[in-house]
This record gives sequence, C-alpha cells and structure tokens, in this order.
Amino acid sequence: MTLTAFQGSVELGLIYAIMALGVFISFRTLNMPDLTVDGSFVLGAALSATLCSSGHPFAGLTAAFVAGCGAGCITALLNTKLKIQPILAGILTQLALYSVNLRAMNNKANISLLNKQTIFSIMQDTAVGNYMKLILSFLILTVILVVLFLFLKTKLGFALRATGDNENMVRAQGINTDYTKTIGLALANGLVAVSGAIIAQYQSFADISMGVGMVVIGLASVIIGEVIFGTSSLLRRLTAVILGAVLYRVIIALALELGMPPTDLKFVSAVIVAVALSISTINEKITSVRNRLSARKGGQA
Amino acid sequence: MLRIEGISKTFDKGSVNERLVLDNVSLSLEEGEFVTVIGGNGAGKSTLLNCISGVHIVDKGRIFLDNMDITYSPEYKRAKYIGRVFQDPMMGTAYDMTIAENLAIAYAKGKPQGLRAGIKKSDYKLFRERVALLELGLEDRLEHKVGLLSGGQRQALTLLMAALVKPRLLLLDEHTAALDPAIAKKVLQLTRTIVEENHLCTLMITHNMRDALEYGTRTIMMHEGRIILDFKGKEREEMTVERLIEQFGNKSGTLLDNDRMLLS
Repeated sequence: MTLTAFQGSVELGLIYAIMALGVFISFRTLNMPDLTVDGSFVLGAALSATLCSSGHPFAGLTAAFVAGCGAGCITALLNTKLKIQPILAGILTQLALYSVNLRAMNNKANISLLNKQTIFSIMQDTAVGNYMKLILSFLILTVILVVLFLFLKTKLGFALRATGDNENMVRAQGINTDYTKTIGLALANGLVAVSGAIIAQYQSFADISMGVGMVVIGLASVIIGEVIFGTSSLLRRLTAVILGAVLYRVIIALALELGMPPTDLKFVSAVIVAVALSISTINEKITSVRNRLSARKGGQA
Repeated sequence: MLRIEGISKTFDKGSVNERLVLDNVSLSLEEGEFVTVIGGNGAGKSTLLNCISGVHIVDKGRIFLDNMDITYSPEYKRAKYIGRVFQDPMMGTAYDMTIAENLAIAYAKGKPQGLRAGIKKSDYKLFRERVALLELGLEDRLEHKVGLLSGGQRQALTLLMAALVKPRLLLLDEHTAALDPAIAKKVLQLTRTIVEENHLCTLMITHNMRDALEYGTRTIMMHEGRIILDFKGKEREEMTVERLIEQFGNKSGTLLDNDRMLLS
C-alpha cells in the first residue's frame, strides 16, 4: 500500500471513529442495539452538505449534531414511552429519516461539494499542507474523545453506564431509566451524525445511501478494538474503539488493493461482524468437542 | 412511618391465569420497627414488597410513606426514600462498574445526576470507611469491578448501598436465600447492625422461620394474599418455630407448603 493510500485510510478511520464511539454508547454502554445509526449518519451528511453549499461548513457540523440528537431522542421515546422493542424503534426512525434526509438534500439523491468551502478547504493553505486532513480529523476526534470520557465520569455518565449494566439497580437507586436511555441515544446519534457531516465534507459529496450498513461498520470497529486492544478501563475501551475504526479502514483498503471489487465491501463487512460476534460461541464449541474427544480416548485407555 | 391501607393486586386480569395475589392487605410500621415476613409459596410476600417499591402499581388501596401518598408514584421516584436488596445478588449492583462507582451511584441517591464529577476525592475516604465495616477486605479493592465479587460480597455491598443515604424504609426480599449458610449468617448480622445503628424501618422477607424470630422486632405471616399472623413484644419472645407452624395450621386450615421453609 502506498503511503498516501495508507494516510487516506487512517484519515477516514479517524472520522468514522466518531461514528463508532456513538455505536459504542448505544451498544455497549446502554446495551441497546440501536439501528437509527444508518439514518442519522446520512442526516448529518445531508445537513452538512446542504449548509456547506450555502457557505456554512461549521454550522453544518453543529446542525448535524443537534439533528442527530433529535433522531436519537425519537428512537428513545418510541422505546421508553411507547414500549416498542429497541431494534424495531431504531428501524422505524431510520426508515422515517430516509424521507427526512431527502428533504434535507432538497429532494436530490446526492450533493456535490466540489469547489465549495469545507472545514478542510478552509485550512488548506496553512503550513501543514499535505497533513492538514489528518491533523484536523485527529484534533476533532481527540476533543470528542476527551469530552466523552469526562462525561462518562460524571454523575449522569455513571447513571448511563449503570443503565446498560443493570436497569433494576438503577431504578432502585432512584434514577429514571427512561431519562438515561434518552440522553444516551441522543448523544450516540449526535456523534454518528457529526461523523457523517465530516465525511461529507471530507469526500466532498453526500449521498442518500451512504449510511447503508453503517451500524455494522460501527460494530465491527467496536469489536475489533475490544478484541485487539482490550477493555480493562474506560479510557482504554474508548481508545480501543478508535483504533478499531482505523484498523477496519486499513483492512478494507488492503482488501481493495488486493483486488476485491468495491461492490463486495458490504458483504465483507457483514462477514467480519458475524465472525467477530460468534468467536466466543465457536471457541466454546471447540473446547467442548475437544473435551469429549479426550474423554473418549481416556475411556479406551 | 409506612402505612398500607387495604391494598389489592391481581395478576393477569381477565385471563385464565388470573390470580389475586394481595387481598385487601393493611399494615402499619412504626419508626425503627424491623418486621420479618414469612409465608408459603405464592403467599404474596414479594408482591407486597414490589407494590411498596413501585415495581407493581396496586389495583386498590393506598400506600403512605411518612404521610406522603406514594400509591401511584413511579418506582424511581419513591426509590429515593426506599432502600432495597433483592434475592438475586446480580440485581443490586452494576457488574461492569467498580465498587467505588457503584457506591457513588448509591451515594448520589435523591440528588440530581448532573455533570458534576461522579466520584470526588473526598468520597473515597467515606467509601473506604463504610466498606471496611463489612469486614470482607473490599476496602482495598474499591477500583475492582463488581463483576469480580462473589454473591455474598455483592449482597453485602448492595446492603451497604441501600443504607448509604439513610432510607426511610428498607425492603429486603429474601436477600440471603441465594447465599451459602456461613455467608448468609454474616449478611444477616450485618443487616441487623445496619438497621439498628440507623434505626431503620425495615421489612425483611425470609424463608427461614428461625431467622424470622431471631431477627427483628415484629413478625408477620402471610397466606393467600392476606396477613394471617402478626405478633411482637412478649408474644413474639415466647414464640417457637413449632408453635408458629401450629398456629399457621390453625389460621389457614392447611399445612405449610413452603418446601424450603420446612427444611430450614
């Protein structure tokens, strides 16, 4: 892989890591499989592209965060107040968002940002030159990581984490779990939308279908990170998610370079996640078969 | 302190499984009273506690705590005044968080969650002191995840958390039933210490009749959703397990059907 290609996948990885942190909040911290992600990612990209087109790249990021939080709130309300299962609640919001996203993109399936000012083009002429995209992505991600880490160490953050661990305990300690779930899902989708917003400006276009399978990519990043980099402390877990997201991008880039057609990308992503999720079960099976075999041998001897 | 006026609860209303679990139950607890609750399977003991704590909302009747009407207030709101320990040691703590973080959640009970630091430096000193009272050596493991603790250690920790901010009512639902006898005894003694020191109004369900008479200041027995025996003071001091079984037979017209209860 050329250095430029490697740098490119690291940059993408850093931006997608923001999305993966969002997925981490819903799947791991709240223990809720939230499929809103596929929709809220595009929502962020759509708002970001539209506002960029009219010359407001930074407002695009802010709007994306706020709208993403809103999308998360809707999923949370469907789940907590109307008692719809979390997966279905997420799918409903995601479906509704498809129409919302088209509206946000003025009923066009894609928006090009060529020759438009983005957060990256504003910094283009600074001294760092070639490394500008890398540095800017890294800076944004670092700020988000620090703020998220500090948030999860507050009283509200504790309540959020405990909700995913044990809802009974949280309610017995006088905390409204509907509230913590809503905050968590809002924050998760806010981050996902910001990630979509930055990706749109990074690649200079937004597309209505760019969010398909995003939740799977997010999960893949979380799981790869956990397996390789560990889960011992909170900071380590968050860092692992980021490294997982970068590693995922590098793996994909390598696969593409080895001749995998880009159209097969989603298939490969699905396989990676399926394998990663089943590793523990497969290990158990192998151990059990091995025990049975050795028991049989022992019997004969 | 706690005043329950004629509460009833029916499960699965309108279905073939419909059953009346609480039948017009009334009960009053004075401040500092430690009531042990016994009864057969399906007598309504756990449902009574769950109705008080708000897991279930009653069909009829009223529940007052400190003259506040909590009959319809949601579980998390009344939890501010009620400490609880469950039968399942997994249910009282967050397993993926540290001992200190669990204690911090309990310590913040009744206060707004907000964006203040989850644990302050000064909290650690208090947590260490309190955890040391358990005599389980956990005071040096405050940064360990609760998932690494044994069932008995978790139950002791849950008990500590339930009383960390003094509750107006402590509800214990067979909180030693899942523990092995030696640890169960230790947790029970700890319960007595905490209740007496804080002068807590307590309801404790137990399947062990000897414990029911040994601990607490008053004992009630439930059968088919009603309280059939209620005794304290001198009458309670003279009560034995044998006489209790006999009285149960007289009052209910059946034999005691709690298998665990007869064994213990």
